[in-house]
Parts: sequence; C-alpha cells; structure tokens
Amino acid sequence: MISMLNLLIGLAMGLNLVALGSSRLPSLIRTVSTQGIALGLMPILLESQHLNWQIMCVAVATVAGKGFVIPGLLRRAMRAANIEREIQPFIGLMPSLLLGAGGTVAAVAVASALPLLPEHAGSLLVPGALASVLTGFILLIGRAKAISQVCGYLILENGIYLFGLLLIKATPLLVEAGVLLDLTVGVFVLGIIIDRIQRAFDSLDTRKLTALHE
Amino acid sequence: MNALIMIPLAGAILAAFWPDNRTRPWFLPAVGLLHAALCFRLLSSPPPVSPEAWIGFDPLAAAVLPAVSLLFFVCGVYAVPYLKIRQERPNRIFVAALLAVLGLLSAGHQARHLGILWIATEAVTLAAVPLLHFNNTPRAFEATWKYLLVGGTGIALSLLGSFCLGYSSLHGGGEGDLTFVALTAQGAGLSRPWVLAAWVLLLVGYGTKMGLAPMHTWKPDAYGEASGIVGAILAGGVTSVAFTAILRIRSVVNSAGESQIADRTLLAIGLFSMAAAALFLLGTRDYKRMLAYSSIEHMGILSIAASLGGLGVWAALFHVWSNGLTKGALFLSAGNIRRAAGSPSLDDVRGMSHVVPRSAAIFVAGMFAITACPPFGPFFSELKVLGAAIQTGHGLAAAGFLVCLLFAFFGLTRVVFAVVDGRPRPAAKAGGVKFRETFWLIAPPLVLLVLSLWIGLFTPSLLQSTWTAAVAQLFPRP
Repeated sequence: MISMLNLLIGLAMGLNLVALGSSRLPSLIRTVSTQGIALGLMPILLESQHLNWQIMCVAVATVAGKGFVIPGLLRRAMRAANIEREIQPFIGLMPSLLLGAGGTVAAVAVASALPLLPEHAGSLLVPGALASVLTGFILLIGRAKAISQVCGYLILENGIYLFGLLLIKATPLLVEAGVLLDLTVGVFVLGIIIDRIQRAFDSLDTRKLTALHE
Repeated sequence: MNALIMIPLAGAILAAFWPDNRTRPWFLPAVGLLHAALCFRLLSSPPPVSPEAWIGFDPLAAAVLPAVSLLFFVCGVYAVPYLKIRQERPNRIFVAALLAVLGLLSAGHQARHLGILWIATEAVTLAAVPLLHFNNTPRAFEATWKYLLVGGTGIALSLLGSFCLGYSSLHGGGEGDLTFVALTAQGAGLSRPWVLAAWVLLLVGYGTKMGLAPMHTWKPDAYGEASGIVGAILAGGVTSVAFTAILRIRSVVNSAGESQIADRTLLAIGLFSMAAAALFLLGTRDYKRMLAYSSIEHMGILSIAASLGGLGVWAALFHVWSNGLTKGALFLSAGNIRRAAGSPSLDDVRGMSHVVPRSAAIFVAGMFAITACPPFGPFFSELKVLGAAIQTGHGLAAAGFLVCLLFAFFGLTRVVFAVVDGRPRPAAKAGGVKFRETFWLIAPPLVLLVLSLWIGLFTPSLLQSTWTAAVAQLFPRP
C-alpha cells in the first residue's frame, strides 16, 4: 500500500509543477481540484488495514471540499469577474517552474535529514508536504490575480494536510474534523471576499490594491 | 460547558436573529457586562482545573482574559452611540461577529490543547473579517483582503507547526496526547529536530497574528481602516491570544531543553519589531496607522519581556493589561477624531483640539500613557521589563529597548500634535456630518485611561498574585 500512496503523493508533487506552469485560470483550478481528490484518497490507503468510519469521514469530506466545493466556488468567482488568464505575473512562469523544481529537490533533501518513525520512513509524505508548501508560497507571492493567489493558498493547505496524515492515527478525530472545517470555511470566506473585491474594483488584480501604503 | 465561551456565542446567535437595527447594539454592553462579571468572579475564586482538561480557566487564562473582557465591555458601551451614528449601515453581522470574537477569544485564552488553541485562533481570524469591512469602502476591502491573505498564511503555518510539535511527541514515544500538560511532561522525550521546526513555524504563525515584524504587514491596513472599537479589540484582545499561545508553546519548548534558542529568537524578533515600528512611526502620516505601528512596537516589548525568564513573563503579563487598556482609550478617541475630521491623514486634519476638545485631550493623554510617561500603567510595566532585562544580564537589549522607545516617542508626539494643534481647516468644521461629542462617546475612552492609570499606581494584589501563579504554571519547578 505504501507504493500506491507514494504514487499518489508523486502525482500531487507533479501537479504542483503543473500549477506553477499554467497561465490559464481554468486549468489552474482543475489542477488544484485534482490534487485535492488525490489527497482525499490518501487516508484510505494509509489506513487500509483498519478502516473505520472516522477515516472514511475525513476522506469523503476532503474529496468533497478540496475536490469539488472549493473549485466550484473558484470557478464561480472567475466567471463573475470575467477573467481567464494570469497576465504578467510577478514571477514569470518559467522562473516559478524552476523555483518549484529546485524546491522539490530541496524538500526531498531536507526530509531525509529529519528523523522519522519507522512506519513513515519509506513514504514521500514529508517531502511531498514540504514541496507543496513551497509551491503554495511561490504562487501566493508570484501571482497577481486574486484567484491564482487563492489557488496558491489551497496548495499550501494541501501540503499541511499531507503532513497531518502522519498524525492521523494518533490525534483524536475532533481536532481533525475541526481543522478540516476551518480550512474549508477559510477559503469560503476568501471566495466571498473575491466576489466583493470584484464588485469594488471591476478586476481581480491585486496590483490595484495599493491605496494603503506608507 | 464553559460559560465564558458559551454566553458570548449564544449572544451572537441571538443578535444575528434580532430584528431591530436600533436596539441590537445593546447586546454588546449587556453580554460584555455579563462576561466581565463572570470573568472577575472566576479571577477572585479560581475554579479547579483538571490537568487533562482541554479547556479551562487556568492561571494563565486568569492572568490575561479579564483584561480582554474589561476592554470588551467598555468598547461595548461605546458601540451603542457609535452604531447609532452609523444608523445607515445594517449592524446585524457586525454585532454578531463582535460577540463571536469575544467567545472565541475566551476559548483561545483557555485552550490547554494545541489543536483547540489553533481552532480558536483560526476562528477568531475568520470572525474578525466582517468587522474589518463594516465600512464597505474600497479601502476597507483592500485592508480585509490583505488581512485574510497574510493572516491566513500565518494561521496555516501555525497549523503546520502544531503538526510538527505533535509529531515530535509521537516520535519521542508519545501517545498523541496534545494537551500542553502532557507535552510539557514528556519534556526531554520530545524529538529535538521536530521541536525546533515546530518552534520556528509556531513563532512565525502566531507572531503573524500578534503582528510582530516582519509579519506585521496586515496590521497598519487593518487598523487604519477598521472602526475604533474593532481596532481596540484587535489590538487588546486578538493579539493577546496569540501572545499567550506563544507563551504556552514556549513552556513546552523549555521543557524539551531548548529554552536558550527560544529566548534568543523571541528577543531578536522583539527588538526587530520595536525598531521597525519606531522607524515607521517616524514616517507615517496617518494617525490611525500610527496606532497600528505603536501596537507592533508593544508586541515587540511583549516578545522581549517573554524572553527574559520568569521575571520578564510577569512583566509581560502586566504589560498586556496596561497596553490593552491604554490602546483602547487611544483607539476610541482616535475614532471620535476620525469621525469629526472625515480623514485619517495629517494632510487634511489639524486643530482637532478646537473641533473635538475632549477627544483630543484624551488622545494626547493616551499618547503620553502609551509612550510610557509616568504615572500611567505602561510606564510601570515597561520599567519591570527593563528591570528584568538588567537583572538577567541583557544590558545591550535594554539599551536597544530604550532607544526604540525614544524614537517611538518622537514619532508619536509628531503625529499626535500635528492632529491636535493648529487651526482647524474650514472644511473640517463645516463639511459633512456634524459630529457631537456626547457623554457616551467620551466616557468609555476616559474610563479606559483611568483604568490604565489605576493599574499602574495601584496594581491590585489579586492581579499580582495571579500573574505570579501564571509564571509558576509556565515555568514549573522540577
């Protein structure tokens, strides 16, 4: 099962690079949603020997939230704002791809230096988590459109979720569920805000948010 | 269930369904009074807290939460006339969100579990969003967007840090019990590399919520655009939750034997915050953003104090009270000035001592209080911080601390006197809405100022012993 899990994590890491390389927003959203579904399947694979309803709940909620609900909201915001493309990002597509690739290599190197429990030693969970967090940061910093930034935030969250899988057995479900709920609500609010920003500015370009400065 | 959390949350739900826009604001002082009364009763007769409880009114909660509660009550009293002036805006969401913030702050202060602490902080962040764009202007949207993006990233990093701390316990043979008591008890058994990774991530994450430089960028925008009440509650309440979170985590890091690294990072980030805030204070031309930079400066002071061992933490808890109360007076009086002047910028505002004499007087007195002029609270608490620095042999840090205070004093006096002195612009006198300084708009900031004076001159022995108990909780003697 660990090889199957590593395959999914590898897929998620590949999707990170796809996200960094896509300039069209629909494909960026599709990438994020695919990554969300891959992430949602992981708890089932990880605990395939002793599946219980708690783990199934986490999996179903993740697939629904990260795979469908949030991408749906993002698409709605995109249609409302009538924009399709990320034009002139702060960090170009090529440089951000190179950064992302370098970051992935660095993540693998750093992860091998950290002490892991024997049952996690063979898995890509830690490098996958670090690489996704890094990718999220590159998108957050390097993109100008609000929707791209929200996608970056989602990938950052996905990285944290990957790390959380290390603890899924040990921490009580209450915390897990609360975490999931809060993250989803967080992005939901972000979506509403985007809607409002769009009404106020007629564009989703965060570069125009420059009235407040020193 | 915990009444301190449930009462405000129930109030929030009730307020959300309350039909009348005119009477709804009364929920704020009513719930605030109930909360404060309960809080001070618990302070005077502390309830027993079982070690494995996830939420409880322990000494650290008792040392800080009453200050937040008191500040909220006074701001609630101010909110009634304020929202009456702003009758044109529906206040359903504003009142409900403000009450929810109080409930979640109470949860965050009382959280004795890493996960609960994170959930409460995240929920406070989200509940504060509608408060920030209450004014519904493009500038308010911009501030809200930046607040969410920076704050959201900070909160995400603190979750990652919490996972790292959890994994360090798991790796050290723990059973996955994430209460602070269990983590501290595991102590040296925690896996060191993971503890260090967790400390960095949690300091950056909760430091963002606190507004420590260089993670402070959301703060001037948010405080500059939010109304006075919201600024006061963010600066006095939300930041203190993040600060107690850092204190609780620091106690775990101490027990793992990494106290030196924790102290050094806290000291460095604190001094950097003070220096950055002092420099921005010298340059800003907006008196509400000035308050944000002053808040960053005081978060730096808290961080420095927290790095100075038990004495320093005691001084920090004192400073949470004196800073919160004084900031409340400043934010509320600045809110009055802002309404009367119609602009937050020094380019448009001057001579406010002629337009709103009472608010201007409170603003000036509050400025002297926050820059640590005797005999106000911040003077005594900062003196304690300085004393702790010298006693623990941090002479250089103490010198840097004093230099930053001096520059902050220059910056604050420059802005405040530019606003207060001179001839009012004719536009400000004639233009727009006529603003009248009614009793209920003046009394709350004045009360907060008097409280700041009182806490400095006559620090109640009950509070002193609570702070001592909180320090004992954070630095358990083996």
